[in-house]
Amino acid sequence: MSCEQARPLLSAYFDCELDVTKSLEIEAHLRECERCTAAVKQHEALHGAFGAAALAFTPPRDLEWRLRKAVRREARPRSLSVLRPWPWAALPVAATLAAALSWSVAVHRGGTSGDDPLLAELVSGHVRSLMVDHLVDVATSDQHTVKPWFNGKVDFAPPVVDFTTRGFPLIGGRVDYIGGRPAAVLVYKRNQHVVNVFIWPAGKAEGPALRNATSQGYHLLRWSESGLTLWAVSDVNGTDLESLARLFLEAG
Amino acid sequence: MPHLAAGYNLARWLTRNDHDAEDVVQEAYLRALRAFDRYRGGDPRSWLLTIVRNTCYTWLRQNRRSEPAPTGDSADDAWAEIPADPAGEPEAQFIRNADTRLLREALEQLPAEFREAFVLRELEGFSYKEIADIVDVPLGTVMSRLARARKQLQQSLLARMKDGA
Repeated sequence: MSCEQARPLLSAYFDCELDVTKSLEIEAHLRECERCTAAVKQHEALHGAFGAAALAFTPPRDLEWRLRKAVRREARPRSLSVLRPWPWAALPVAATLAAALSWSVAVHRGGTSGDDPLLAELVSGHVRSLMVDHLVDVATSDQHTVKPWFNGKVDFAPPVVDFTTRGFPLIGGRVDYIGGRPAAVLVYKRNQHVVNVFIWPAGKAEGPALRNATSQGYHLLRWSESGLTLWAVSDVNGTDLESLARLFLEAG
Repeated sequence: MPHLAAGYNLARWLTRNDHDAEDVVQEAYLRALRAFDRYRGGDPRSWLLTIVRNTCYTWLRQNRRSEPAPTGDSADDAWAEIPADPAGEPEAQFIRNADTRLLREALEQLPAEFREAFVLRELEGFSYKEIADIVDVPLGTVMSRLARARKQLQQSLLARMKDGA
């Protein structure tokens, strides 16, 4: 390799972004070319200088607060906004609630939320995750990455399975707090909708094995397997949640 | 708010102004919320920075007509433009010791397309593939923009060295 061929590639070589063959060719060239070696040293110097100088600008302290305010203002419902596929369409704020509840009559199938604080908490967890705030801590469809990620974060082993071929691609996982305890959350997509599956060790009195409910326009479905309680929460219909539960039970 | 630091940093480097960066970031996050149903999974940081970047250029087009937005540059294949560097150890040493002000000025003077590639790579640590996705250009373009960004930065710093800065 000549200097003319090597020189334009040195920057990508420095970033380890060349394929193996090209990298080896560059290395062979560098062993015999002092000028190109000096050029790589300059990339190193530049990288070192910018790394040490902390040139990244940090946002002013009140920017986050102002953004949250703007988001809340934006989220305030206009007419019928609850019917739009916006993630915050059923934010648990008072103004939205009335509209959301009338919507939930139409989608009502099983039990109602009543004033069950757990359902409200699950829906809040779901909505919170959609507000770009915190959908996933580990973003991957690879179940073998997600499963070990929970090690040390929760004291149980959640069943992590990717159901892409069955219409529920896994997009990641995170840890949430529900009812004062850490819950493992698996995040799935159903078409354009997000399904959060909250998982924690089963308590004693959890009621019937399969239970579905609606709260604030969202569907919730609970089932148990291997000593764990699972709650799926989404704006997809209840039948889809039941399919997902069946996939879990089959896989378990 | 997720990735606010990275979003603000990119906006600040592209607008080169604190106040404008804040406006752009706010607009970008609202856009992100509106576009959330189009989010297809993948790295949320890249997704968000794509929106911040696009919002920046829309904003610059509307508010600073004098400032040319980056285009799909025609000179990307101009590899030959990167000549042999005559620099040796003293030059490398000067760059290594350059102070923050000097580095900041040099980076601010880069054309936008080089500046954003360099900021995404050196300040935010994105891979070439991620940068290509955010900026929406081919991988080879990212490679050439970074090479040229580095070359221009080195030249501008070494010009200061000769000026006795």
